[in-house]
Amino acid sequence: MVEHQTTSAQQPSKAAGSEFAIDLKKVSKAFGPVQANKNIDLAVKRNSIHGIVGENGAGKSTLMSILYGFYTADSGEIWVDGKLVKIKDSSHALELGIGMVHQHFMLVENFTVLENIILGAEGETLLASSMAKAREELGRLAKDYGLDVDPDALIEDLSVGQEQRVEILKALYRGADVLILDEPTGVLTPTEADQLFRILEQLREEGKTIILITHKLREIMAVTDTVSVMRRGEMVGTVATEDTSPEQLAEMMVGRRVLLRVDKTPAEPKDVVLEVNGLSVTDDIGVPRVKDVSFNVRAGEIVGIAGVAGNGQSELLRAISGMEAPLLGEVRINGELVRFDGDDSAAKVRQMGLAHVPEDRIKMGLVTDFEEWENSILGYHDSEAYGSGPFLSPKQSIAEAERRIEMFDIRPRNPRLKTANFSGGNQQKVVLAREMDRDLDVLIVGQPTRGVDIGAIEFIHKHIIELRDKGIAVLLVSVELDEIRALSDRVLVMFDGEIVTELTPDASERDFGLSMAGVDPKEGA
Amino acid sequence: MSARQPLPNWVTIVLMPVLNVLLAFVIGGLAVAIIGENPLDAMWALFYGAFGTGMGWGFTLHYATNFIFTGLAVAIAFKAGMFNIGGEGQAYVAGLGAIMVALWLDQTHWTLVLLGSTLAAMMMGSLWAIIPAWLQAKRGSHIVITTIMFNFIASAFMSYMLAQVITAPGANAETRTINEQGRLPLMSDWFDAFQYSPLNITFFFGIAALIFTYVLIWRTKLGYKIRTLGANKEAARYAGISAVSVIIIAMAISGALAGLMAVNEAVGVQKRLVVGYVHGFGFVGIAVAFMGRSHPVGIALAALLFGALYQGGQELAFELPAVPSDLVVVIQALVILFTGAMGDMFRPLLERIFARRVKPSPEAPTTADTEA
Repeated sequence: MVEHQTTSAQQPSKAAGSEFAIDLKKVSKAFGPVQANKNIDLAVKRNSIHGIVGENGAGKSTLMSILYGFYTADSGEIWVDGKLVKIKDSSHALELGIGMVHQHFMLVENFTVLENIILGAEGETLLASSMAKAREELGRLAKDYGLDVDPDALIEDLSVGQEQRVEILKALYRGADVLILDEPTGVLTPTEADQLFRILEQLREEGKTIILITHKLREIMAVTDTVSVMRRGEMVGTVATEDTSPEQLAEMMVGRRVLLRVDKTPAEPKDVVLEVNGLSVTDDIGVPRVKDVSFNVRAGEIVGIAGVAGNGQSELLRAISGMEAPLLGEVRINGELVRFDGDDSAAKVRQMGLAHVPEDRIKMGLVTDFEEWENSILGYHDSEAYGSGPFLSPKQSIAEAERRIEMFDIRPRNPRLKTANFSGGNQQKVVLAREMDRDLDVLIVGQPTRGVDIGAIEFIHKHIIELRDKGIAVLLVSVELDEIRALSDRVLVMFDGEIVTELTPDASERDFGLSMAGVDPKEGA
Repeated sequence: MSARQPLPNWVTIVLMPVLNVLLAFVIGGLAVAIIGENPLDAMWALFYGAFGTGMGWGFTLHYATNFIFTGLAVAIAFKAGMFNIGGEGQAYVAGLGAIMVALWLDQTHWTLVLLGSTLAAMMMGSLWAIIPAWLQAKRGSHIVITTIMFNFIASAFMSYMLAQVITAPGANAETRTINEQGRLPLMSDWFDAFQYSPLNITFFFGIAALIFTYVLIWRTKLGYKIRTLGANKEAARYAGISAVSVIIIAMAISGALAGLMAVNEAVGVQKRLVVGYVHGFGFVGIAVAFMGRSHPVGIALAALLFGALYQGGQELAFELPAVPSDLVVVIQALVILFTGAMGDMFRPLLERIFARRVKPSPEAPTTADTEA
């Protein structure tokens, strides 16, 4: 299956003579009983953009962590620039010219760009001279790679896309020749993502090697030269991007044919079930996050809320689900006003017929220390179905959990297993099963497929559509534009706490891009 | 980063605490050797003192009863995500309620004294815990700070009460003694084996408290809410569980359990209330709860261990006069240190030993956090 040539194995360590910047041979790593990486071969050509795709838990991040010195491999060889190396830690990786841009930026918010860049590489006791040196070097890097950022700007004033550039500059400043990017577009607008890809191409032009980890096949097709696919800790294969298709890659990732498109009939919306009128929400420190938002969701339709992460979607979901009292405005379910008094409003909202799949299953939707059956009743634990009066009946609850495990194909099929030991996709199914398998009028769903493998995505989408067809009002919030467009019947775009515009799911990429950046395309020139 | 490897249950629940206790005794033995005594003699004196005679058993179980109450108090609060350091003060103030009712009813019958003083002790203990709980729930004042402060307030308040208000005529800072017919029956009234030990009927309350706690935590909806709040505040909010009410209820139960110590110690044994009667049992309850991993079975065993250390330690000081009683405190402290603060010390080693035994399988589910 592995198509790349491994002839370099025979070459003795001819310094810098290898055509591969990185060459991993038979790398394995186990965490207890879990084999995260198994005999992985990966050869990354110099001057190329090499994509790595795979489902959650396929072992991509583990492999990169080995390359970046976070973990040591149990066995196998790592060749960098034709030299066999043992990477001890991340500073050693940097010495070897390997830099990493993490999914979550590691920047000091109230430092300037320049200060962040020299952080950890301050040099001498006095800052002034290294600052001056860094400023000069930064100017050169910015010119060479088209990475324009004001060195004196504070990080907190930068956009997410700019912060990412600072991360890339940080790696380059430390002399990285090989740049690993872990899910870099998760927080970017489509336009920012395009800008990033241009930067990556520029870096390739200038002789750098890029390893791009992503789960978005569209990005792989758009920017990479070569792509490696991982599945269950093993390397399934490496192919030239031009010779493959998203369908083929998806099949390699999952191990079977996958439907990338969602089949659905046009919606037949009925009465308004969920009403949101003039809703404004502030966060803990009083910053307005949702500003005067109004919309309706009717029975039998899916309304999508698109937008880049952090534009008020989370706060909107929290308010509608009763977790946070809004500053102003009201929420009505079936015409009935939601009362926000006390810190248990979420329970009252549930009784009114609203089910909530939260956007962060680990932080909100589950107690990972609990056994699966205990999570299967979370939020509904006061029901008589799970024990009479004040008592809780594990027996009754487990029986129901078992039924749901069957219905939603949750694996492993063991309600007594600790929830932390389920994979991300199966954890999400636990939440979905709990929220969907009951009498409900409204379903609000946040990021239903975040960190979920492709096979499960297909399954989850199908279930959401099924609920719609049963006449349930669905509000879907997702930062995955593809998902919003595939599932929604109407799309509202949120930017900076406001709803910029309403679009149809088949509106143009440009319209989505503009509105996600806060410009209403209908008003634009 | 370094993912914790799953260990077999019996290793974490049995083997690790046993190793920790053994290590504490080895180092304690070294200390005994340093002052020139035979460590084995000392350990034997300690063990024999605790378990060698019926009377030893009686004392051990009596102390263990105190530890069951204060340990469970810490455990229940801990399950709700709170660190109740205030068991000491809660038990102290509960003593006031318990003794007042006992002195009021001591002309009637001991059953009434038992019932009345138990209710009063639980109410006063609860009250003393509810105030910090309310401050935490409504005002965000950290419960660790407030319960510590309430220990000091309790201490000052009780000194005042005992010295100025409910002082027995002619006595100095203590109440009068409970009348003969109001005294709680001792176990030795029924079983000769316990001889002159203070073990009394409250011991059964200790057993009942263990069962009650187990049922509450794992078999009731309230327990479910307590555990959810303790494990994940956001999930509790998401589930519509009121943090305010769960915090207050859990602390009320916690304080009531700590308060029960008053029935055992003040009403049952001392038969009057004296200054500082709690004598550190409230604080050691923290170690008991930690060693018992906040589980009633673990707490029962840990309480027994600490009860034995208390009783055996006193016998040791008696049998080997060269061993100063401070050294007994040192051994107790070592046990607390190794089982509480350093309880996971052997984990890396055990992980290495037991990880090899588990066969790696690629089919096993990967943990969600290995993938960023």
